[in-house]
Amino acid sequence: MTWEPVIGLEIHVQLKTRTKMFCRCAVGFGAGQNTQTCPVCLGFPGALPVMNRRAIEWTIKLGLALDCEIAEHAVFARKNYFYPDLPKGYQISQYDLPSCTNGKVLLPSTEGDRTIGIVRAHLEEDAAKTVHVGGRSGRIGGAEASLVDYNRGGTPLVEIVTAPDIKSAEEAKRFLQLLRQTIVELGISDAEMEKGTLRIDANVSVRPTGSDELRTRTEIKNMNSFNFIARGIDAEVERQIGVWESGGEVEQQTYDFDAATGTLTARRSKEEADDYRYFPEPDLVPAEPSAEVVAALRGEIPEPPAARIRRIEPALDLERATVLVTGGLDRLWDETAAAGADGVAAANVIANTLVGAGIDASAVSPAELAKLVGARDRIPRTAFDEAISKIADPGFSADPYLAQEAVSDADELGPVVDRILEENPGQVAAYRGGKEGLLGFFVGQVMKETQGKANPRVVNDLVREKLVAR
Amino acid sequence: MRLLERREVSSAELHAAYLDAIGERDDELHCYLRTCEEPSGGGIPIALKDVISTKGIETTAGSRILEGYTPVFDATVAARVKRAGLSILGKTNTDEFAMGSSTENSAWGPSRNPWDPSRVPGGSGGGTAAAVSAGLAPWGLGSDTGGSIKQPSALCGNVGLRPTYGTVSRYGVVAFASSLDQIGPVAKTVRDVALLYSIVAGRDPLDSTTAELREAVALPEGGSLAGVRLAVPKQVGDLDAIEPGVRAAFEAALDTARELGAEVGECDLPLSYRYGMPCYYLVAPAEASSNLARYDGVRYGRRVDGATYGEMVDRTRDEGFGPEPKRRIMLGTYALAAGYYDAFYGQAQKVRTLLIREHRDALEGVDAIVTPTSPTVAFPIGDKAADPLAMYACDLLTIPSCLAGLPGLSIPCGLSDGLPVGLQLIGSQFGENGLFRVGHALEGALGFDTVPECLR
Repeated sequence: MTWEPVIGLEIHVQLKTRTKMFCRCAVGFGAGQNTQTCPVCLGFPGALPVMNRRAIEWTIKLGLALDCEIAEHAVFARKNYFYPDLPKGYQISQYDLPSCTNGKVLLPSTEGDRTIGIVRAHLEEDAAKTVHVGGRSGRIGGAEASLVDYNRGGTPLVEIVTAPDIKSAEEAKRFLQLLRQTIVELGISDAEMEKGTLRIDANVSVRPTGSDELRTRTEIKNMNSFNFIARGIDAEVERQIGVWESGGEVEQQTYDFDAATGTLTARRSKEEADDYRYFPEPDLVPAEPSAEVVAALRGEIPEPPAARIRRIEPALDLERATVLVTGGLDRLWDETAAAGADGVAAANVIANTLVGAGIDASAVSPAELAKLVGARDRIPRTAFDEAISKIADPGFSADPYLAQEAVSDADELGPVVDRILEENPGQVAAYRGGKEGLLGFFVGQVMKETQGKANPRVVNDLVREKLVAR
Repeated sequence: MRLLERREVSSAELHAAYLDAIGERDDELHCYLRTCEEPSGGGIPIALKDVISTKGIETTAGSRILEGYTPVFDATVAARVKRAGLSILGKTNTDEFAMGSSTENSAWGPSRNPWDPSRVPGGSGGGTAAAVSAGLAPWGLGSDTGGSIKQPSALCGNVGLRPTYGTVSRYGVVAFASSLDQIGPVAKTVRDVALLYSIVAGRDPLDSTTAELREAVALPEGGSLAGVRLAVPKQVGDLDAIEPGVRAAFEAALDTARELGAEVGECDLPLSYRYGMPCYYLVAPAEASSNLARYDGVRYGRRVDGATYGEMVDRTRDEGFGPEPKRRIMLGTYALAAGYYDAFYGQAQKVRTLLIREHRDALEGVDAIVTPTSPTVAFPIGDKAADPLAMYACDLLTIPSCLAGLPGLSIPCGLSDGLPVGLQLIGSQFGENGLFRVGHALEGALGFDTVPECLR
């Protein structure tokens, strides 16, 4: 029997509003502990929440980008539980009447567009941060004391819940790349996992391939990059298949994924089921955005990343198109190609060379970049690399670099190639024995010898020619 | 006030005179939990119930769990009275977290009724009511969830207003049941109550549930009730809980109203009297169970140390909360529990919608619904302390209109065995001005002497 994974994701996105969800404290990262607090976000007696209108609007904007239905009447509820990072003893969160429901994301894939359902996107306030002092590795077990930093408490947080429509770890990763890009382009969050402004939990189960049953699922937490998420899901899928195949039963459980060891650790199971005693937050009135506001927000939504992938794919291929769009590089590519550059060459230069050099794509002139892409094989490698390193400088012009010619003269390059081949008889023998990948080694040696001034294409041809000739 | 305006007496002198009176009489009455030696404004002094946060002045809400808690901010109502120049005399006693009808649930001991110090002043705002009655404050602010302004006002012979829900900011007022809590004035006359109301009322950006007043507060004038239509709920006649002496004073006041030209008719509130109490005792404890969750010893107030976080919180709450908050937290936690929500809290909210509708219908073409405020006069301290249900029944007549979010004004309307009886006027949403008008006319005609007989 073969098995297929059934994966759903819960994505928490911290909004980068200027102030917190229910008070006027600044939202920020790295300020002194407990300096961004007030009676409201510290839960002082009598303090009351006041909704951050911008956070509501941004949530709606996100909902529109995810093709959700936008509630005319959204209600905040209290989710009651005790924890020191929750100063009021409850979290204010949209519950049964969230701002956004029933959306979808189209995920371009080689088999056409896959549709990933969005069950809901709701707004809530983030909890504070607990720091455990003493004991091992910052965990609560064995700690001498716990300290709470309330700066993060009350930051607007959107939780996006997908349907269990994702079928592989790889697909989960592609979905997340697309979603992250959507969020970043809306300008509502930095969505950076390492800063905790984007946090992801995965719900995973497996079932016999082709069946439509839903078996017991587990939750994986504590994964801080898309690659770790994919690895965590793969590890859990493998574990569950093993359990079922050995006649066991998968139990509902939450796991932490340790990326260093690739292992899943079960969290201590709770003795009782959670009962958050939700009820509508009586200190707030419902969020009832007018049709005009929603229409105006709809007008601010950029073309969705998936549509852009499909649009530029024909000139490239799915993988290159996806890399450009999810890297926020497709606009530069569009304009560079429009300025006359070859599409594939431009995509390669943008996605590899520019990104590799850490260049800010938004500061690059497409016209100058197009010139460089067109001249890449003609000018010396060193000139090209130098041009790329300066391309984001104000007033950059490609012309001085284009004036330099690479050495393309076979008479001049031939002796150098001969010398390199003579100096590396072992590699020559290996190449002739079938290791054709060594071609690049010889080309590289020649480029080094000519200090990057040789035309790599000519060198390539010469090397190949001479290796066959001997 | 006239003396102040004519500069015959200064605010500081007034403040000091009240402090002298408090020093003299409050050992017995225990209206104040603490007093402020220095006047905070150049105007008339005022007493604030201890649920109202006052910057720099300890605020305990009558609970040990807030012992030593000094707010770093003023409640909006405290800020507004200060801005109006009123000088804060002190913080007055209350049942713990405003849960009670006698102040016997205060962690700091009960207040006493100036009319008979062996009796309760009512509650939860018994401290303010007793202080105003005994002349230990000219007026004060209380909070009313199910009757905590109106009932003690009745039992102490004062005028008290529970305003329309949403007209006075709750910001900074220690929460009991958020969808019911309202702040309101207590004084000796309807005009004073109206004046104090005008100072504190109006939308507050810090409280999302507040609204702008529909019309400016009008200080009432005149003594005629010609053209005024009052309605007594049919059900009031059948309530055995209403003492004969209370009924007699109430009936006499209705006669006075008729003499002033009012038309006194009947209205029907069957659901309100049948389901009001059970509905209230689901909604209020449910919200309280959540509102009181923040008292965990982590950030402020009392903390009882323990080996772990959980143990610290458990001990803090065990020692910090008295029996009544514990009882209501338990009740409320059950009312919200998964599987019970629909049957309890959800159902209570539906009932509440029905009560709102029923009151709206009853007020159609009527200026005010009238009932006695409290079914009884002030009872002896200890009488009901061991019987929570008997204590809850004190608010039988005040609770339904609280659930409906409507304003209620209690005015003294006579005596029964030498103890004050209150008359409750219930108006439509934002109908405070109408209540002031009716209350003021009745007050003039009834000529009730608000000074307790033993103090004259």
